[in-house]
Amino acid sequence: MHFSKEVLESSSRMRQKWEDEVKKVIAKGPDQKPRWSTISDLEIKRLYGPEDIQHMDFEQDIGYPGQFPFIRGNQPTGYRGKYWTFRMFSGMGNAKTTNERWHMLLREGQTGLSTAFDFPTLMGYDTDSPKARGECGKCGVAIDTLEDFMQLVDGIPMDQVTTSMTINPPATVLWAMYCAAAELKGIPLTKIGGTIQNDMLKEFIAQKTLMCPPDPSVKLVSDTVEFGAKHVPRWNTISISGYHIREAGATAVQELAFTLRDGMEYVEDVIRRKGLHVDTFAPRLSFFFNSHSDFFEEIAKLRAARRIWAKAMRDRYKSQDERSWWMRFHTQTAGCSLTAQQPYNNVIRTATQALAAVLGGTQSLHTNSLDEVLCLPSDHAVQIALRTQQIIAEETGVANTIDPLAGSYFVEALTNELEEKAWEYIHKIDEMGGMVAAIEKGYPQLEIADAAYHFQKQIDAGEKIMVGVNKYVSAEPSPIPLVEIDDSVEIEQVKSLQAIRRKRDDKAVKRSLEDIKNACKKGDNVMPHCIEAVKNLVTVQEVCDVYREVYGEYRDPGLY
Amino acid sequence: MSEHIIRVMVAKPGLDGHDRGARVLARCFRDAGFEVIYTGCHQTPEQIAAAAIQEDVDVVGLSCLSGAHRYLFPAVVEQLRQRGADDIDVVGGGIIPDQDFQFLYDAGLKALFTPGEKLDDIVDWFRKNVKKRD
Amino acid sequence: MVDKVKKIQSGDVRSASRLIRHIEDNVAEARTTMKDIFPLTGHAHVVGLTGPPGAGKSTLVDGLIDSFRKMGRTVGVIAVDPTSPFTGGAILGDRIRMQRHAEDPGVFVRSVATRGALGGLSRAVGDAIHIMDVMGKDVILVETVGTGQQEVDIMHYAHTVLVVLIPGMGDDIQAIKAGILEIASIFVINKAEREGSSKLRRELVTMLNMAPESAFPGGWRPPILKCDNAFEPEGFSQSVSDLALSINEHYEHLVSKSLIGNWSSRKAATEFNEAIRCAVLDPVLNDLMARGELDAMIVKLVKKETDPYTLAEEIASRYLK
Repeated sequence: MHFSKEVLESSSRMRQKWEDEVKKVIAKGPDQKPRWSTISDLEIKRLYGPEDIQHMDFEQDIGYPGQFPFIRGNQPTGYRGKYWTFRMFSGMGNAKTTNERWHMLLREGQTGLSTAFDFPTLMGYDTDSPKARGECGKCGVAIDTLEDFMQLVDGIPMDQVTTSMTINPPATVLWAMYCAAAELKGIPLTKIGGTIQNDMLKEFIAQKTLMCPPDPSVKLVSDTVEFGAKHVPRWNTISISGYHIREAGATAVQELAFTLRDGMEYVEDVIRRKGLHVDTFAPRLSFFFNSHSDFFEEIAKLRAARRIWAKAMRDRYKSQDERSWWMRFHTQTAGCSLTAQQPYNNVIRTATQALAAVLGGTQSLHTNSLDEVLCLPSDHAVQIALRTQQIIAEETGVANTIDPLAGSYFVEALTNELEEKAWEYIHKIDEMGGMVAAIEKGYPQLEIADAAYHFQKQIDAGEKIMVGVNKYVSAEPSPIPLVEIDDSVEIEQVKSLQAIRRKRDDKAVKRSLEDIKNACKKGDNVMPHCIEAVKNLVTVQEVCDVYREVYGEYRDPGLY
Repeated sequence: MSEHIIRVMVAKPGLDGHDRGARVLARCFRDAGFEVIYTGCHQTPEQIAAAAIQEDVDVVGLSCLSGAHRYLFPAVVEQLRQRGADDIDVVGGGIIPDQDFQFLYDAGLKALFTPGEKLDDIVDWFRKNVKKRD
Repeated sequence: MVDKVKKIQSGDVRSASRLIRHIEDNVAEARTTMKDIFPLTGHAHVVGLTGPPGAGKSTLVDGLIDSFRKMGRTVGVIAVDPTSPFTGGAILGDRIRMQRHAEDPGVFVRSVATRGALGGLSRAVGDAIHIMDVMGKDVILVETVGTGQQEVDIMHYAHTVLVVLIPGMGDDIQAIKAGILEIASIFVINKAEREGSSKLRRELVTMLNMAPESAFPGGWRPPILKCDNAFEPEGFSQSVSDLALSINEHYEHLVSKSLIGNWSSRKAATEFNEAIRCAVLDPVLNDLMARGELDAMIVKLVKKETDPYTLAEEIASRYLK
């Protein structure tokens, strides 16, 4: 930012005086610790001033909301037109209990739905698979067939509420169920809206919900992007996720860099594989970030993310459509920051993290419940979490004005620093031949593992603090009621799945699976075949077994 | 001169892929001078037990964050017992509520470590409890 | 004692893995057991795999297990990973890629850390091979990282040695040329779909062309096989089963040309070397270490107060009577 010569001169003079004062004070008693850094261990100065942002160019680097580089947000009206979407991630036990939770949340003022599936569903196994023993409904809803799905969306106005589904390797199948459910309810595909996470690259990097190798996995992602661009225009066919990368122990810079580089990889793949113009699909790409505990680092990260993406889309991919330059993202507060010790402290953590997400300009937000580190959230805990968002929106006044921290010496300097460091990673990955090549080398995995280990060492040494864990520890337990999914859920789910297997049309099932297999082999888009298959009550695993057979199964190389 | 180096298997049973804790621990054990056999994610109790015997480890450390520990942890203990290897200790970690501790100890788990445990304390437990075997 | 050996002969995994453990831990009784094991050995086909880190050896081993199992043969695997020189610990991660065979009773996978100390690695691996052999494993695959002297020594235990390379390694091939050529029975260009594959092939052909005929005992010219992307299931399993056939062919070659004898004496020499080292050198070094003399001697050497030749002669005259 341009400052006049006089301002810089007086700043320099006053700075000198201040520094002298600091020296005097320190001579009497040193600071509490020699080094101050963010939770990601980025060193922070004692003070920031005009000289820290004097090299910024207002037009290129800051600008106005709804204008390049979109650092101040995509929407010209900010939150005045509409708050971010209050979207609580939920799913538990079977479809019926999850449906009840959804209706409760909508009654309480939630404005979007978000689905948590159980591990068998996430990994493409049916509840009666030997691999699924003990997992049914434990950390999300169990879905085996379209009948479960119809139960899940029972009474949900699918043309009015948008739904996010956290699903990755079997994303084609679960999205096919959503499409089929809408059609059965007489709602055209052009009217439904929502998001499938469908981000396979971050699975290889961080979350390890793995099925097929990287290349065919990305092919399936491209299938959904193409199908969405042609038939389901209001759907976000991919939510490029940094959340899990961060949860796996990445720093803020790594989260930013790896997520955006993943996004670039998808853009390049769809252009190359499907021959689509960037502007036909890029406006439907969405992102998903973590909001961790270091307040300003998170705000800076989210602001930097928008600017990097806008630059990449405009300059790297020559996109002409401003909507392609927009980075639209959902945010979730950091699950890994929550502590089992003194669990009520988690309410405060979540509140400040949510505030950072809002000041960073998120479009959609999930706030963790205080008990999520121990079990699935209880009704009461999830209500407090939802109210946290509502209080931030309605009481704090932070939504009154757009991007209120812009122009802050510190926030702008930190935003610049994060962006610069992220580009360094992005260029390094470019040199390796792109993200798939980097993943095969284990590069992002090892960078994250290093960061996770470094952080844990800092916690053990007391260099980083987690209240209630390595400081202000109290001996008293604070008992909170825990939600348990008992084993009868699994028994019932297996029973109903097997009843469906008996009653469905076996010939139609076989034909559907053949069609999917042929599409896979020929490289055709699998989506239309998946929709047909789920209507014939083909199960999640049956489709995924075809993928595993044709594409092979990926095993994490477990690099160190 | 005989030199007993502690051998540990770090395994993730079930379908959960959250391996941050498992990986941090594997590194920490290596840095403590142990030999760590890492099986990766998505292992069945049968696979874990068979591998533990082939590797002749002193301890199997299980990590589970999916809530399925009440089934998976005892299943590993049982599989080792069925294979005549109940001298291989099993310990667990992850998201394990206090009220499940007794159930798991009764099922044969030797120790449970939950988030917030210091790495050094975990290493100490291994140093104190791993016995030389014939 | 005999009971232990009987159990191992019957294929008991617990007894076998415990004995390997005791050998690694240098437990004295284990050596006694090995005396009973030794006469029973000599049935398995030992296959060594070596090559630079990241060459995809574990994935190849995983595929080979599959191929040999399909031929109805039982398989033992010894996967060697380096011990950290700083902490003495190790993360043994090769197993991860073979875990799908964990429950197959015809497969026994054992991870071994190099442990670094006093060069006992190739002895531990040699003994582990004997143990798996006596268990009745038909094929024993030994996987090591790198192409240093230690790895070359280990490869002396193998009838058939696979040198696994990947395209795009730059000048590495120059560095591994020495030592490797003599021991390679088969070259594998792994990840052959990558750029630089034909260049690597040309380099290998040139290298082989320059070698004297004596480098190919019995006229076996190491074939250069390609393995395609491990993530294309059909193509990969085809190239791995071709590789398995070539491995079998090499063994038949050794038998038909009566080269097993040559191989046996090479192996026996290595083994004997290791055994002498273990029986003679290790106790001496351990004793010096225990007395704290070793460190003191090193200090003297650094200060040039004496020279290594004189010191070694002093020690020899002290211990070798």
